[in-house]
Amino acid sequence: MAIKTPPKSPPKSPPKSKARPVGVHVQDNEQNRAVIEAIEQDNPDVTVTHMPGLVELQTVGQLVVRRATVESKLGRPWETHEFQMAIVSYIGHIADWDEDEIVIRWDH
Amino acid sequence: MSKLSMKDRYGLLTRDLDWSPTYVDPKDVYPYTTFEGIKIHDWDAWEDPFRLTVDSYFKYQAEKDRRLYAVLDSYAQSQGHLGLSDARYLNAMKLFLQGVTPLEYQAHRHFAFLSRYLDGPGPRFAALCQSQDELRHTQTETHTLSLYNKFYGGFHSFSKMHDRVWYLSVPKSFFDDAVSAGPFEFLTSISFSFEYLLTNLLFVPFMSGASFNGDLPTMTFGFSAQSDESRHMTLGLESVKFILEQDEGNVPIVQDWIDKWFWRSYRVTGLVAAMMDYMLPKPVMSWKEAFKLYFEDQMLDGLFPDLAYYGIRPPRHVADAIAEKDVLSHQVYWTLYSFSFAAGFTTTIPEKENLDWLSAQYPDTFERYFRGNWEKAQRIRDAGGRFFFQGLPQLCQTCQIPMLFTEPGDPTRIAFRRSEYKGESFDFCSDGCKWIFDREPEKYVQAWLPVHQIFQGNCGGPSVPEVLAWYGLQEGDAGEYEGSLDQVSWADWHAKGGE
Repeated sequence: MAIKTPPKSPPKSPPKSKARPVGVHVQDNEQNRAVIEAIEQDNPDVTVTHMPGLVELQTVGQLVVRRATVESKLGRPWETHEFQMAIVSYIGHIADWDEDEIVIRWDH
Repeated sequence: MSKLSMKDRYGLLTRDLDWSPTYVDPKDVYPYTTFEGIKIHDWDAWEDPFRLTVDSYFKYQAEKDRRLYAVLDSYAQSQGHLGLSDARYLNAMKLFLQGVTPLEYQAHRHFAFLSRYLDGPGPRFAALCQSQDELRHTQTETHTLSLYNKFYGGFHSFSKMHDRVWYLSVPKSFFDDAVSAGPFEFLTSISFSFEYLLTNLLFVPFMSGASFNGDLPTMTFGFSAQSDESRHMTLGLESVKFILEQDEGNVPIVQDWIDKWFWRSYRVTGLVAAMMDYMLPKPVMSWKEAFKLYFEDQMLDGLFPDLAYYGIRPPRHVADAIAEKDVLSHQVYWTLYSFSFAAGFTTTIPEKENLDWLSAQYPDTFERYFRGNWEKAQRIRDAGGRFFFQGLPQLCQTCQIPMLFTEPGDPTRIAFRRSEYKGESFDFCSDGCKWIFDREPEKYVQAWLPVHQIFQGNCGGPSVPEVLAWYGLQEGDAGEYEGSLDQVSWADWHAKGGE
């Protein structure tokens, strides 16, 4: 019997470039589905990779999480602090985190 | 009354509660932030993107704990341990509990120290939150893995083992090195080099590994801890950027620390490499692939162009680490296999499908250099024996890992480096470890090296059983997995349940 590492979902589109990746890992659970959908909607170039237990969302340049989009998917109020319950790790620099959005990008 | 913005709340509830001392000299209040040569002109320039306040911090931490403890309860009630991929998987968790959990506690203590002694209220508050986080991690890890302690060996006495057992001096001495440095070097070592540079490499595959091998509680505490870890990563990156922005004279000092702590941290991850490739019955991703993805692509191609703006270049000796990714896990795990008669976990020959998986993951090296060792070990086992290394290994003076690493580019030749200091010789596993020693020999000559200590008579006595008793090991903790108490119990539980 051959060892099979867990299947990784194929990227929706090939990553644009190797340069300056940014991204975020979130737990793969029901509560985060709306958050993941919101990130996909607000960051059209994002590559979504499913791993056991977690989901990696990666793009180049900048990744944004918008409260309004999450709330529209979730159907209830959501404060950006709640993203702390979802996040496992990130790639890049948290450039801004206020009540309306979280922005991850490199500084320079 | 209108609701305050996050920024205003943070300002009012964190920053503005600070005051400047008037009747005590600030140098007496904050005596530790000048001797390292780092110059800070404006502590208020520190930005905490999380903008946490005490009330929001505790609100979310409480919720994280509630979710974790609900999972632990149902796992225990449903005999969840029987659903693991195999009992040998737990050897990885024994290594984690013995090697990492005590570091969480050390981190808790040292961040508590920083939360008092950093001059600025922003970093003090971030350090206070992290200190609380680290204490929570110590508790949740201990609590989670205590579920397994009821049924399996190796989980008891982990704190004693951490202080005494040979391979655990690798993580212990690493952290001792960090907490005995000044506050800015500590931030560069633990917050930046360990928690930012290497976090994704360590924890993402580790958590997925737990998930894939049916270890629900570890996956859950891992995710619970990781959600704090994103704040710790931020503290690491923010502190390094803050130091670099404050004074140009800080740049060469920070560069030196990044060079040192990249290599120190990287050496500790050798144990993780062995775990990912050999200790997970169902592997998730090879060390080589993870290193490429999480370190080379994300850090070298993502982070370091950002730091180049400040005049920071990639860590010294990083090329050696890249070159080693094809051989690292094989060399480390073979050493663990050879010496596990004296460990708080068991080892065994990988199953045939795992060996095939390694051949596929490491097409350039595994069959050529390493698979033969396992075939030889199998022949010894078939003849009724078990290969263990007889004797004690030479340890590297800096990282304290046995001298098992090979010359860059030549997996057949063990690397030996040596320095003289005050008439004595000191040995190293690599150029990186020798360079670190040569910068601060007066620090590393004090290393507590487990093998030297055994020979000096400080570890319970001259014979192996005496040393193992002093380590706190009990029957069933050490040695070969096949035929061990864990393996026998596992087979027994599954025979009764399944037939």
